[in-house]
Amino acid sequence: MILLSAKGLKLAFGGVKAADGIDLDVRSGEFLAIIGPNGAGKTTFINMVTGYLTPQGGEIQYDGQSLLGLAPRRLVRLGIARSFQLPQLFLEHTVLENVTLAIAAREGLWSPSRPLMRAAWRGEADDILGQFGLSEIADRRADTLNEGARKLTDIAMAVALKPRLILMDEPTSGVAASEKISIVETLVRVLRTAGVTAVFVEHDMEVVSRFADRVAVWNQGKIATLGPPDDVLTDANVLRDVIGIDPEVGSHAAA
Amino acid sequence: MNRNADLALALLAAALILGLSWAVPWLRFVMTVALAKGLAVLGILLLLRAGQVSFGHALYLALAAYVVAFAATRVPEVLVLLPLAALSAAAIGLVVGLFVSRYRAIFFGMLNLALSMVFYSILDKFYEVTRGGDGVRVATTKFAGASLSPEQQSWALLCLALVLAITFGAFVRRYLSSPLGSALSALKTREARLEFMGVPARRVLLSAYVISAFMAGCGGVLIALSTRHVTPALAYWTASGELVFIAVLGGAGSVFGPFLGALAYELTRTYAAALVADAWQMILGAVLLIVILFAPGGLWGVGRALVLRGRQT
Repeated sequence: MILLSAKGLKLAFGGVKAADGIDLDVRSGEFLAIIGPNGAGKTTFINMVTGYLTPQGGEIQYDGQSLLGLAPRRLVRLGIARSFQLPQLFLEHTVLENVTLAIAAREGLWSPSRPLMRAAWRGEADDILGQFGLSEIADRRADTLNEGARKLTDIAMAVALKPRLILMDEPTSGVAASEKISIVETLVRVLRTAGVTAVFVEHDMEVVSRFADRVAVWNQGKIATLGPPDDVLTDANVLRDVIGIDPEVGSHAAA
Repeated sequence: MNRNADLALALLAAALILGLSWAVPWLRFVMTVALAKGLAVLGILLLLRAGQVSFGHALYLALAAYVVAFAATRVPEVLVLLPLAALSAAAIGLVVGLFVSRYRAIFFGMLNLALSMVFYSILDKFYEVTRGGDGVRVATTKFAGASLSPEQQSWALLCLALVLAITFGAFVRRYLSSPLGSALSALKTREARLEFMGVPARRVLLSAYVISAFMAGCGGVLIALSTRHVTPALAYWTASGELVFIAVLGGAGSVFGPFLGALAYELTRTYAAALVADAWQMILGAVLLIVILFAPGGLWGVGRALVLRGRQT
């Protein structure tokens, strides 16, 4: 089943074509990685799907309905959540409060008389923090965290919204290399358990090859290649244009 | 601090205010006015949590005061005038709030100021209706059907002010620890993220704005009833600035801050005006400067730090 379907998406900033006729179907339950050089339009795609940018042409369908023209907060109500390349945390709140606020946002926060830290929400937030390995820093203010912890909190907040589709912009950038794989393993387990479909922009090819079901290669506003990681990541053109390895030189060096 | 400690402190402060007002009769009026302004400043505190400063909240205070002045001739009952005037302020707060909640920072502050000055001009220029700068005298009112002597009336007003202060103090305390209150300070640091979590940030600010207008309205009722005379000066921009001044002076960290600040402000003003008639504004200016530079938590922050240090040693 196709959960998200983009057809002929177009968006240019001045003369730069960030999306030049993007056609992409995201299957329900899959993990789709988007790779490509900087400035190829990967983040722009996420921004268009989450309502932050409006495409100049084309159509986005989600679960049979058009997403065009809907504000970010309407899209959240439809089950689409995102995390950010630069973490967007509530800086005066603790990690626990950030995640609890996301739960409150999901459940409806218009009651001024009951506390944010009510038992049910707190318990759920504790669980989520535990899954992400953030329990130890639950009471730290968000503005005191290192980059990796900010990134994880940012993703935890998106997960707390219980989305059907999550879009993650470079989930592992800023995360220490030694922790990267174990963190992504955790993240993937959490999302798979909840049956969440994920689209993520990623630069780390090891993460992509281990965790993506399919890989879309972005180049100059177009999808250059799309397929399973084993095929895409061994494609000579992809290796040369995206990853920056010349297979000829590589094989000579190996020989 | 926990709830019981806060409640005990509030009751202790109320007893102290009643005691002082009994020992020094003319303080009754000063205390009532201070608590009335404290109510309006409590609303300023809500907006400060969202990082917004209104330089026009005297509008709601003055509006409610004029509603009392006009309605008192027909309905001379305090217990009717209070909700009538406060709800009028909240209703205008809703209309204005729908507009100003779209703006942030300096634009929010200045739009509030501009609208309050429009109201001031209406009060000042439409002499036929508003009596212009002469103002309107507030007719004699009854309290729960009883006609009170001036002295009884001033006690009744002080007690009403205390009840309102404690009630709204408790409400705002709860509000700030609720998800809605938490979203206020979230709006201050990452408004866009709120939208990406499905929360309409404008409506979060609007709800706080309407509550602040309602509380300022309650303050305006108390001021109209205790001064017995309302003038356009209530809506002048310096009156709004005074509320922001008190918020900074008292400290935005606790619901006690606005009332502590208002009491300190009114008492300083009263005594300083008597002792050094020409220099009291300079004294207030110096105090504000000291608070901003050395005690960003306001008087409440200073007091709290002293108590905590005392406990440690």
